[in-house]
Amino acid sequence: MFVLRRLLRFAAGLAALMAATFAMIHLIPGDPVRAALGPQAPPDLIAARRAALGLDDSLVRQFLDYVGGVLAGDFGTSFLSGEPVGQIVMDRLPNTLSLAVLATLVSLLVGVPLGLWAAIRTENGRNRGTEVGFTTGTGAAVAVPEFLYSIALVVVFAVVLGWLPPAGKAGALSYLLPVAALSIGPAALIARLVRAETARELGKDYVRLARAKRLPAARVHLGHVLPNALTATLTTGGLLLGGLIAGSVLVESVFAWPGLGMRMTEAITQKDFPVAQGVILVYGAIVLVVNTAVDLALAVLDPKSTIKES
Amino acid sequence: MRTPSGLAGAAIVALMLVLAVVGPPIWGDRAELIDPVAALQGVSAAHPLGTDNLGRDILARVLVAARLSLLLAALATAIGAAIGVVLGTLPSVLPRRLGRLVSSTVSALVAFPGLLLAMFTAVVAGLGARGAVLGIGVALAPAFARLTQTLAASIAGSDFVAAARMLGVSKATIVRRHVLPNIAEPLILNLTVMIGASLVGLAGMSFLGLGVQAPGYDWGRLLFDGFARIYVNPMVALGPAFMVVLAGLGFNLMGEALAKSATRSTVPKGAAPAAPAPEAGEADPEAVLEVRNLTVTFPGGVTPVREVSLTVGPGEIVGLVGESGSGKSLTAYAVGGLVPYPGVVGGGPVLLDGQDVHALPATERRKLLGTSLAMVFQDPMASLNPALKVGGQLAEVATVHQGATRAEAWQRAVDRLGHVRISEPARRARQHPHQLSGGMRQRAVIAMGLMGVPRLIIADEPTTGLDVTVQREILRLLREVTEESAAATLFISHDMAVVGSLCDRVVVMYAGRVVEELPADRLVSGAAHPYTRALVASVPDMSADRSLPLASIPGRQPGPAEVGEGCAFAERCALSTDRCTATRPPLEEHGKAHRVACWEAS
Repeated sequence: MFVLRRLLRFAAGLAALMAATFAMIHLIPGDPVRAALGPQAPPDLIAARRAALGLDDSLVRQFLDYVGGVLAGDFGTSFLSGEPVGQIVMDRLPNTLSLAVLATLVSLLVGVPLGLWAAIRTENGRNRGTEVGFTTGTGAAVAVPEFLYSIALVVVFAVVLGWLPPAGKAGALSYLLPVAALSIGPAALIARLVRAETARELGKDYVRLARAKRLPAARVHLGHVLPNALTATLTTGGLLLGGLIAGSVLVESVFAWPGLGMRMTEAITQKDFPVAQGVILVYGAIVLVVNTAVDLALAVLDPKSTIKES
Repeated sequence: MRTPSGLAGAAIVALMLVLAVVGPPIWGDRAELIDPVAALQGVSAAHPLGTDNLGRDILARVLVAARLSLLLAALATAIGAAIGVVLGTLPSVLPRRLGRLVSSTVSALVAFPGLLLAMFTAVVAGLGARGAVLGIGVALAPAFARLTQTLAASIAGSDFVAAARMLGVSKATIVRRHVLPNIAEPLILNLTVMIGASLVGLAGMSFLGLGVQAPGYDWGRLLFDGFARIYVNPMVALGPAFMVVLAGLGFNLMGEALAKSATRSTVPKGAAPAAPAPEAGEADPEAVLEVRNLTVTFPGGVTPVREVSLTVGPGEIVGLVGESGSGKSLTAYAVGGLVPYPGVVGGGPVLLDGQDVHALPATERRKLLGTSLAMVFQDPMASLNPALKVGGQLAEVATVHQGATRAEAWQRAVDRLGHVRISEPARRARQHPHQLSGGMRQRAVIAMGLMGVPRLIIADEPTTGLDVTVQREILRLLREVTEESAAATLFISHDMAVVGSLCDRVVVMYAGRVVEELPADRLVSGAAHPYTRALVASVPDMSADRSLPLASIPGRQPGPAEVGEGCAFAERCALSTDRCTATRPPLEEHGKAHRVACWEAS
């Protein structure tokens, strides 16, 4: 029942997304074709492009054509290069996804242990110093945007030290800086979240009972507390993956990473609207898929969360 | 707000605001001064951050750009807040179905990356500062709408809104007159964090070339221009980057401190004073549990448990009673070695089967208490781990302390569940706590205590959360378990009727001390302390006159820091004399198996 409702919501989201990307072209003030080709473009070229894009048909007809095309894998053609947008996406998407997935893993692997450690160390208000340090440090880390981490990392490791390649995708080493830049903020965010969740769980009776049973501390914390603190963490971790896929747009720009985001930025600055439209649609769809998958995974892992929602 | 990070944030924000005001008039000319000879220079004394392609001084440009950067961020925040407040309050104004549609749209948008929304809006609104500001504003709106909605929902549930609704005030008026004024403060506090976020977001847009366009410049644009030269002159890019980080950080730290300041409470500080250790009395060789002069102290000299002595024999259930705050639970936790930080247990020995628990080496103490202490808490749902199978939670006692294999431990867990009369124990063991009924959960907790050989059972109001019929079964089980294992049971309760029927002996506590100790069957007729008598009198029975209000004890129990020289109960006692307020009565023999601390005990 929950699964069905969640899938319906996914379908509604996808429909809204397609309507929005379709509307995008029509919301642009003036003629998008003229805007893209420039004021000097000959009128018959503009007319031909308009006809090719179907911009002279009725809106309903255009929308149906658009949806039909997208569902059949046709995302349109670039104004400038004439490349099919579907091909651009297929070429670029793996590069973006590999960055986002790696960064999600790294942020979880760093953030969860860090948050757990901080929560246990500051339980019941002990070690005030650790608490202040942790809150300030992670707060600062969250506030700095990923593209500024990228710039700082490039300056330090590529320009000054010369240890790592400054840009481009070539081999495993080239992943280090972009993944690091993408992970620092989310890792700090997860650490804060895990600490808050863990602190709440530590105050519960089942922890007192586990301690009354004189279980070793590691078993109390990893066996009893962590599974309960992790539900919320997984939710955020999932949302984070969606956010990281989008956040990589800026990081790709810094590292000249041949991903989808860099292509989108180019398309927007060049007013290559079909490419921008197609890439935004793909980004949005990925986020919807990830969010739905997280919800479904949670329903399996923690049946109570679905009961609460319904 | 007075935290170091909050103050640092406020200082940075103040600095940025000053810069935004005085920057352009002071450095404006220098920032625009074109000097082709000095074009594309690196760091020098004349140009600390270098120059751009027209020879303009970057440092001056960074300082002047503060105004535009902050202005655009404030604009984007205003747009985001305006859209957010409207979207957030719409669900409470619109008809039900429409309102639900709005709120589920907001939920969907919150889960959508802001940067995508910003990019989408920027494409539609066009390249440039206007598009970027609109984009960031739109991107911030969902989170603000969610916040507004959450806050509004809490106000909508309050009494005065209910009253207004009953008087027929329209929904829109309620929102305008009651809801918005009450949530304005937290919303405004959150604006600070939002300004930080939009500052960073706008810098990102400009850095991608989607924001401010030449000849205008904000920090993001300077970063965009400088980044191309980062391999030659890193400082050209690092200058504006530093300002974005600094400003973003300042707004964030200040905003967080502001948002927290409303709820923050301070933790008492100070070292724990050494607890006095009065001499121990004669040990009773028969007793399972023997406690002498137990004291629990918290930092600042707060002593919620004072010189408590207890003796519990094999198979005996001793009730610990008193109002909340009397120290009864803390006494039991101190006996079990479970006092929470920063409490300190002092006083005489805690002997379990004649062994001084606190004198044992740590590993032996763990093993002893792990297998011989059973705890039962008030809420069985909370005391079982919701994420783990019931059987596993029992079995781990055997694997950790008794060296059992997983299979043996599981088998014993199933056996113990059956022993406490849980039907289909093998199936129940594989289930999670939320699949069991309340009574079954409490049985499972008791069964957990039976995995070892319980010598001490501490039951802290184990039936308060249960139905009356289930209550009776759990009490019967507790009695059986105590007798068959010949354990000592401490039963903590404020329910005098239950204590009278279940326990063998009753220990009455008041303000951290034992004031009376007597056999349970004498509770109704033989209590000597006025406090005990008042507690008993407050229990309604079948013969109580229903037309009279329930008897209650006037006044309030003094807190652990307020206890003075005399009898702590004197203020509330009808019999109190000058002697009572001046000198505390000692706990003295008062007939057979009966002790009382009262000057006026008859």
